[in-house]
Amino acid sequence: MSNDIAERVKKIVVEHLGVDDAKVTETASFIDDLGADSLDTVELVMAFEEEFGCEIPDDAAEKIVTVKDAIDFIQEHS
Amino acid sequence: MFDLTGKIALVTGASGGIGGAIARRLHGQGATVVLSGTRAEALEALAGELGERTQVMTCNLGDPAATEALVGQVEAEAGQLDILINNAGLTRDGLAMRMKDEDWQQVLDVNLTAAFRLTRASLKGMMKRRWGRIIGISSIVGVTGNPGQANYAASKAGLIGMTKSLAQEVASRGITVNCVAPGMIETAMTDALNDQQRERILTAIPMQRLGKSEEIASGVVYLASEEAAYVTGQTLHVNGGMAMI
Repeated sequence: MSNDIAERVKKIVVEHLGVDDAKVTETASFIDDLGADSLDTVELVMAFEEEFGCEIPDDAAEKIVTVKDAIDFIQEHS
Repeated sequence: MFDLTGKIALVTGASGGIGGAIARRLHGQGATVVLSGTRAEALEALAGELGERTQVMTCNLGDPAATEALVGQVEAEAGQLDILINNAGLTRDGLAMRMKDEDWQQVLDVNLTAAFRLTRASLKGMMKRRWGRIIGISSIVGVTGNPGQANYAASKAGLIGMTKSLAQEVASRGITVNCVAPGMIETAMTDALNDQQRERILTAIPMQRLGKSEEIASGVVYLASEEAAYVTGQTLHVNGGMAMI
């Protein structure tokens, strides 16, 4: 189950940012490591919300910096 | 040219002279038009005149919750929102020294803050679809100023600044954000002028006439169209040469 969430999160990141999936490690930062700009991070949050049918409030979204942050949040709230 | 078939537009202040003309022109280019305003009767009359591809959604833009909900209502009932026209506006004129806080606040709330709220709410869907048009109806006085209109001029200048910032934020997602700035247009707002005021104004307009609401609508249709895809962050002045900025 948790692996499934991690894989789905990584797939969204790869597709949205157009980066090599090998670069999308759990510790990778969207902005610093994967070349996302601030608007990309907003769109990623929107994509996560859609994929997992959850709502990510703005204050929580601000704390999602790395791939692991996103996986953790979704695991806790789905 | 300027075909808007399949697009869904929301026009605020659609019961007014300029708003009604904008709604008519967008509809004429093939768009589905959601008419918003506070006067249900006038909106229904316009919807009846336009026929198919129209919906009426009354909304008091002074009410933050109702304003926030409007875009969701459009998306739920019309399917999506492609073109947002922030046209609604009101005046509470008076010399600054005598201007009450509530006259300042009400004008800023409706003319500027509501436009921001509607814009923020509409961006999500536009970003997903990689297409959107946000057009604010500013005013010549937002750039030139006008005695007795500190509140109105501030709100209209605010729209221009907001437009330039937003345009930069979302340009990479296929969304353009622009303003049209009318000069003196024949509407209920200018009908209130007396002959002497009118005469004085005409001497300042090289075209020597007031503008028509349809002439504002033409600028809006252009900015809403595919043909204007590379135009963003701009203010199109439609004022008969009254100010050349």
